[in-house]
Parts: sequence; C-alpha cells; structure tokens
Amino acid sequence: MAIKKFVVGSFDDEAVLFPAVKKVRKAGYKIHDVYTPFPIHGLDQVMGLRDTSLHTAGFIYGITGTATALSFMGWVFTRDWPLNIGGKPNFPLPAFIPITFELTVLFSAVGMVLTFCYLCQLAPFVKKHHFHERATDDLFVMVLECTSRTNEEDAKAFLASVGAKEINVQVAEADWWLGRYDKDEKLFENKAEKSLA
Amino acid sequence: MSFREQFEIPAKYKMWSMILMAVGLVSILIGYFLYGAGDEHQNARFWGVLLYNSVYFLLVVNAAMFFICATTLAMGGWQLSFRRVSEAISVAVIPIGIISFVILIALVLGHQHHIYHWLTPGDDKLILGKKAFLNPTFFIVWTVLTIAGWILLGARMRKISAELDERGPLTKEEGKRYVYKTTVWGSLYLVWFALTVASTVPWLWFMSIDAHWYSTMYSWYTFASSFVAGIALMTLFVIYLKNHGYLELVNQEHLHDLGKFMFAFSIFWTYLWFSQFMLIWYANIPEETVYFKHRVQGPYRGIFFLNLIINFLAPLLILMRRSSKRNYTLLVFMSVLILFGHWIDFYQMVIGSISKDHVELNLFDFGVAAGFIGLIMWSAGNALTKRSLVVKNHPFLKESIIHHT
Repeated sequence: MAIKKFVVGSFDDEAVLFPAVKKVRKAGYKIHDVYTPFPIHGLDQVMGLRDTSLHTAGFIYGITGTATALSFMGWVFTRDWPLNIGGKPNFPLPAFIPITFELTVLFSAVGMVLTFCYLCQLAPFVKKHHFHERATDDLFVMVLECTSRTNEEDAKAFLASVGAKEINVQVAEADWWLGRYDKDEKLFENKAEKSLA
Repeated sequence: MSFREQFEIPAKYKMWSMILMAVGLVSILIGYFLYGAGDEHQNARFWGVLLYNSVYFLLVVNAAMFFICATTLAMGGWQLSFRRVSEAISVAVIPIGIISFVILIALVLGHQHHIYHWLTPGDDKLILGKKAFLNPTFFIVWTVLTIAGWILLGARMRKISAELDERGPLTKEEGKRYVYKTTVWGSLYLVWFALTVASTVPWLWFMSIDAHWYSTMYSWYTFASSFVAGIALMTLFVIYLKNHGYLELVNQEHLHDLGKFMFAFSIFWTYLWFSQFMLIWYANIPEETVYFKHRVQGPYRGIFFLNLIINFLAPLLILMRRSSKRNYTLLVFMSVLILFGHWIDFYQMVIGSISKDHVELNLFDFGVAAGFIGLIMWSAGNALTKRSLVVKNHPFLKESIIHHT
C-alpha cells in the first residue's frame, strides 16, 4: 500500500481538458490519471500512455488454448484411448479443428477479461479511491501526483490557470485494496502523517 | 482547405496499363494457337483459363461496388475519403463484364462439353434432374441479367455520387434526402448481388463444371474470395494514389480499417473453406469426395495447400498486429499476396475440375491475368480522372476526416 498526496483538478469541458493535459505535462507535473465519464479518442496519446499490451497477452492465451486442445486430444486419441471412428486416422486433424478453435477463443477471451480487470485494478470486493464522484457523471477529473519536489500551491495555481473548475488536495491510497472504505479512510490519516512527513 | 482533387494519369501508369493489356492480348493469341486449335482437352484448357481469369477479375472489381453499397447501408462514414477510388474500380465491371459475357456465351454456344458437361446430358439421370437450372437458355438469360444488373445498378450508384459534385454544400434536409436515395439504390444493388454473386452465379458458372457434385458453401466461398481480393485491390489503389500526393484525407486510420477488412475476410474465407472441406471429409461419401480427391491427394495437392498458406496463414500471422495494418509497405505486400492467392484459388476451382490428371500452370495463365490487370488499371485510371477524388458535399464526409480507429 502506498499512500500518496494528489492535487485533483476537475474540468467540465473536454475541449478545455485536452490542452490542459498537454500544458500540465509540458510543465513537468506527473499525471497520476485522468478520469472521464466516457472514452475520449486521442486522450491516451495526449497523456503519453504507451499502447496496451493486452493484445499480446491475448495472443499468448490463444496459443496456449490451441496447444492445450491439440495436445490433449492428441494424447487421448493416440496414447490413452485410441478409438476407430468411421475409419478415420487416430489423429484426425480436421475433426479436431472446431474444438481447437473453440478452446483458443475460450482461453484468449477469459484470459483477456481477467488481464483487463487486473490492468484496470478491478476485482470483486476490491476498493479504489474515488477522486471525484462526478467523474462518472459529467466531470473530467485530472489527478496530479505530488512528488517530493512538487509544490502543492503552485500545482493548484497552475491547474486553475489551465481551466480547472474545482481544485483540491487529497491524500489517498494510490493502489487497490481489500476492505471497507470507512476503515481505510481512518488508516490514511494515521499513515499520511508518517509517510509524507 | 484545398486538395489535389483531380487525378492525372502519370505517363508511366498509362504505359504499364497498355503493356499489360498488350501482354494479355498476345497471350490469348498465342494460347489460341497452342491450345485453342489443339484437341478437345487442350481446347478445354484454353477456354478454362479465359473463364477463371475473366470471372475472377470481374468479381474482384464488382466487390468494390459491393463495398460501397454495404458501407452505405451501414451508414458508414469512414470510407468516404477514398470512396471515389472504389467507384473508379467498379467502372471496370463494364469492360470485364462484357468480356466475361462473351466468353461464357461462347462456352455454351460453342458446346464446350469438356468444361460444361451438362450441355450434353445424354441419359445421365443426375444431370437430367438438374435440367431446370442447368440448361443453355437459363444460363444465357441469367448471365445477361446478372452482368447487366451489376453494370446498370453500379452506374446508377456512381451517378448519384457524381451529382453531389454539381451541387453546393447540402442543407440538413437535402442531406437526409440524399442519404435516403443512395440507401435505396444501394440496397437494390445488394439484393441483386445476393441473388447473383452470393448464390446462383458461382453455381452456374463454376460449380456446374462438376455437374454431378454440389456444395451449399460454394457461392459464399466464392464471394468471400472475391471480396477479400477486392479490398486488397482497393488498398493498392489507395496507397498508389496516396504515394503520388493525392487523397490527403486518407491517413493511417483508414488504411488500418482496410487492413482489418483484409484480415477479417481472410479468416471468413478460411471459415467457409473449412466448412466445405470438413463436412465432405468427415462424411466421406464418394459422390461428395469426388471434388476433393484429386485436389487433396492427387496432382493438385501442392496448389491446394499453397492456397491455404497464402490465404489463411499469411494474413493471420502477418496482419494480426496493429502496426502491420498501419504499415504501407506491408499492406502493399499483403494486398499483392492476397490478390495472387485468390487468383490461385480460382485457378484450382476451375482448372482443377477441367483437367483432373495433370496440373498445367504456365505463362499463358499469367499472361491472361496480366491482360486483365492492365484492363483494370486502364479503366479505373480513366474513371479516376473524370471526377474529383473527394466526395466534397457528402453529408458524412466529416466523419471520414476525423476518423480514428
């Protein structure tokens, strides 16, 4: 668990948000994340996020599915329990293709969903700190992470100058955790004193 | 905004289209003296090569109009930045349609029973049972209707699009009326396309070569082949124009989508290929396996698996990555490979049934194909110069400009 201090700026217009993200990055602030009510095309490029490697993971899961299906069916029908079905060879590749295809899809689909949840830090019973409730409704929330060299007041002033409507400072858990919100809220205050002192 | 809207045919382009067409003509002449004047089997090869080449390139250019109509019906906007290119390619349906028509009619009227066995059914019960469909009158009437339908409905779609250039920017009401009109004509084309390419025409022109055999997958399979090859042809033209400084509105996003189409429909083609193959392989009934016997285990084995490698494995592995769909060089390579692969596919569909015992693939095949490529270049190039390359007043154009995959 890492408790960090954040400067949170909320925007009410994506046309303001885009140049703001560019200016904030240029000024050298570290953007923790930008929370928006809906996907915004091109925001990932502006934020300088690298391309996701989810598809590479998907390919690996798919290959695993293919290999599992072929090797298991091959083992069953050639080693463990060979059967003569309609005079076909013991390893009838065309007959195995549909099952191989389905296992490939199953492995890559399930694997990618789980990987996606992990990358988004989503799981049952897991909690994440909300920087602004309206980020799911009508506000675009940009969160800057304070490093040891960040001056909070300067950061707040800078966010105001690029068009943020609401600005505040929050000390919160940056990662995900198991448990209850109220319990952790208390933890923050105690820990924050130590870790940020 | 100012764009280079008017295409001028570069001298080199014109020269190459002429050279290729000349190569095609010379090949047909030489082929006629080599094969056409020979015995019945040689004669069948001559006509078979003309048949699969003309129909392949006809279906490929026709797929460009199918692409326009399908995206129109889907209210697509992204393809508008290169829509005039697809339109220009579909103009080639007129000359190639006429050539194919002449060849098909010559086959039937010339009693080429080594190709169309059903022309002389004798007392063959199976063929007599299909007489209502497989007879010269129906063949000729349906072929005329088919090709005329493609040409006329395609011309109508191009005319509706051309009308946009003469008018200024459309008001909202005019835009709605325009979209309605083009949707109605596009759906008429699609209905005709479904009744022809996606069902009857491959049965009539190709599957009837094996008059005893039948497959319900055959037409879809042919359609998938021609559509993926059509997308590849459009990609080649788009990249050519882009490299010569036209089509400023086209960027990597549009090419990415064309690459996705190539990838997706290569997989779709494989799905149909496999559906046709596996059921016949599994059931193992002699009257069905007759089609695959000499292809899988006989002289066509090499071409049969080459077909699968080029048209399935190569697109699957090469086009899977996002970066390869955005890479001009790789897309050009894949387009050429796919066009060649489906040409080989059509080769084995037709010649594989005409000459079952030995494979003959030589300069005659390639020469005739070169002739059709030259014809496509010539007629699409001329059509491109006729109009602005940008559909300036189309209501959805902005969607194509800001397109982002």
